[in-house]
Amino acid sequence: MIRYTLLRALQMIPTVLLVTVAVFVLIIIIPGDPVLSMLGYYADDVTAVPHEIYDRMFRELRLDRPIPIQYLYWLGDALQGDFGKSVVFRVPVIDVVVSRVPATLYLGTASLLIAIAVAVPFGVWAAVKNDTWVDHLASGFVLFGVAVPGFWFGMIVILVFAIYLGWLPSIGYVAPQEDFLRFLKHLIMPATVLGLDVAANILRFQRTDFLDQLHQDYVRTARAKGLPGQLVIWKHVLKNSLIATVTVVGLNTARLLGGSTVIETLFSYPGLSRLLIEAIYARDFPVIQAVVLWMVVLVVVVNFFVDLIYAYLNPRIRYATA
Amino acid sequence: MALLEVHNLTVDFNLGVESLRAVDDVSFTLEPGEALGIVGESGSGKTVTALSIMRLLDPAARITSGQIWFDGQDLVTRDESAMESIRGRRIGMVFQEPMTSLNPGYTVGEQVAEVYRHHLHFSHAEARRSTIEMFERVKLPGAREMFNKYPHEFSGGMRQRVTIAAALACGPSLLIADEPTTAVDVTIQAQILSLLGQLQQDLSLALLFISHDLAVVSELCTRAAVLYGAQLLEVGSTDTIFTAPRHPYTAGLIGSIPQRGQPLEGIGGTIFDLRSPPPGCRFHPRCAYAQPRCGRDVPSLSRSSASSPAEKGHAYACHYPLSAMRK
Repeated sequence: MIRYTLLRALQMIPTVLLVTVAVFVLIIIIPGDPVLSMLGYYADDVTAVPHEIYDRMFRELRLDRPIPIQYLYWLGDALQGDFGKSVVFRVPVIDVVVSRVPATLYLGTASLLIAIAVAVPFGVWAAVKNDTWVDHLASGFVLFGVAVPGFWFGMIVILVFAIYLGWLPSIGYVAPQEDFLRFLKHLIMPATVLGLDVAANILRFQRTDFLDQLHQDYVRTARAKGLPGQLVIWKHVLKNSLIATVTVVGLNTARLLGGSTVIETLFSYPGLSRLLIEAIYARDFPVIQAVVLWMVVLVVVVNFFVDLIYAYLNPRIRYATA
Repeated sequence: MALLEVHNLTVDFNLGVESLRAVDDVSFTLEPGEALGIVGESGSGKTVTALSIMRLLDPAARITSGQIWFDGQDLVTRDESAMESIRGRRIGMVFQEPMTSLNPGYTVGEQVAEVYRHHLHFSHAEARRSTIEMFERVKLPGAREMFNKYPHEFSGGMRQRVTIAAALACGPSLLIADEPTTAVDVTIQAQILSLLGQLQQDLSLALLFISHDLAVVSELCTRAAVLYGAQLLEVGSTDTIFTAPRHPYTAGLIGSIPQRGQPLEGIGGTIFDLRSPPPGCRFHPRCAYAQPRCGRDVPSLSRSSASSPAEKGHAYACHYPLSAMRK
């Protein structure tokens, strides 16, 4: 298991390097003159900018060097947490990004927990009670979750709980260290909307896979040993049925921790996705680079943990790779 | 008193629009420490009979009538929690497919140890010790090192030893083995059979051995019951059944055992569809000795008239039984 973990960890390095190349190239392939863009000019009109300023910017961005050298400089800086200065905020990019990370992490984690807490037990229940009202309810929930767009559901929730009932604030964010109760009040609606959407996805796979596992021979063996039905379900069947679930949870974790654009926008929630949208509107390229890099690295890291969980759930994987 | 008495067991499968009778009025008994073989082709109802005793039938199947007396209680009327305390504790069961009958996600040791912890409330350490002892008992090489291995690291024969260890862990008085050697190599088959025979002797275990192979049954069992198309056709001591079968089907099964230097006889035709059983004797369409009456009247199980000790308990369902002197 240790060997497998190390191997998987080492395999992350080339992936992440490849990602940095892609993120760096992003800036180069964007049409237009980067200097002008960063100075806030939309047209390719070099004459509009004073010569000295243009040249200083040009050298500051090291655009006079060959592209591979530019990349190495950029990578070296990025590794030290230096992504340059935000064009809009006039402060280091890293400070802007770091200030937005907690909000997204709270929202992502909360919605993920809601999703798992709903989907796994409900999926198991629906599979065990196959073709009964429980199963039909689960199918209805999945259909609703997959078909109804998050922004519409979010608006309805705001309408009901914020506007009609007035129970919860409709927009904004309060840091937990400031006022924990208000933090929760702001978190609960976006987290639930996002969580139920993800729950529908997870439930779909959890139910199908569990149903499939229920008919395996080992289930009959476990029951022939006199183990109670509940133990067979939660110990023997669940472990084997979680492989598909973990895949879906992994995919959604990366998505959630990177921030959900639609939900963060809808609830005016100051997370990373909103920062990304703001940066794109403002053509704040260093910020875009840093946020995109964060999101992609997150995917790689989450996949690493998913691989470790796979190996725990299915011992055959450990030996196949080690 | 018999350990297991199956009386007129009838099991129906509800397949939505139609239904079929998978076990039809089957009765047999099993004394403590005795080995009974149940022989039949695929679809003859032998596995369904075994699963009825364990009450592990598919949800589509239902025991429509009959009783299964085990140790003074009728298992048909027991509820699920009562059955859970019998399964694995009083009756162990080994299944046909060693490759799939163990959970791939847990170590083989855990899959035996949990039986001790659940039924006998052993601690983890006690359960582990007992499991290793049991592994030695079923002759798993290097029992101690085997505890933390996963099923995929084992061959079919080794896995079958693990399932036998799990089934016998709590010292049941009855072991049901449903074709335990069908899916393994011939050499492994011989080892597993001799292991089962030895364990049966050592633990004075009653064994219900299910097989399609009459030759295997004759090696391991003192008595045999022959099932055909959900019905019991002949039952008696293995010696009697082998040397003087009275039912033509049993004789056909014996003729189907390959013997060196002799042409294989076999039985013509194939088993009927259980959804539409033939009238009269179910075997008559394939029977070489069939008379008009065989297509009309259902023969009932009748006792042999011979009274020698070997013939005791010998019964067959045939209008025109073969001569006892035939072989």
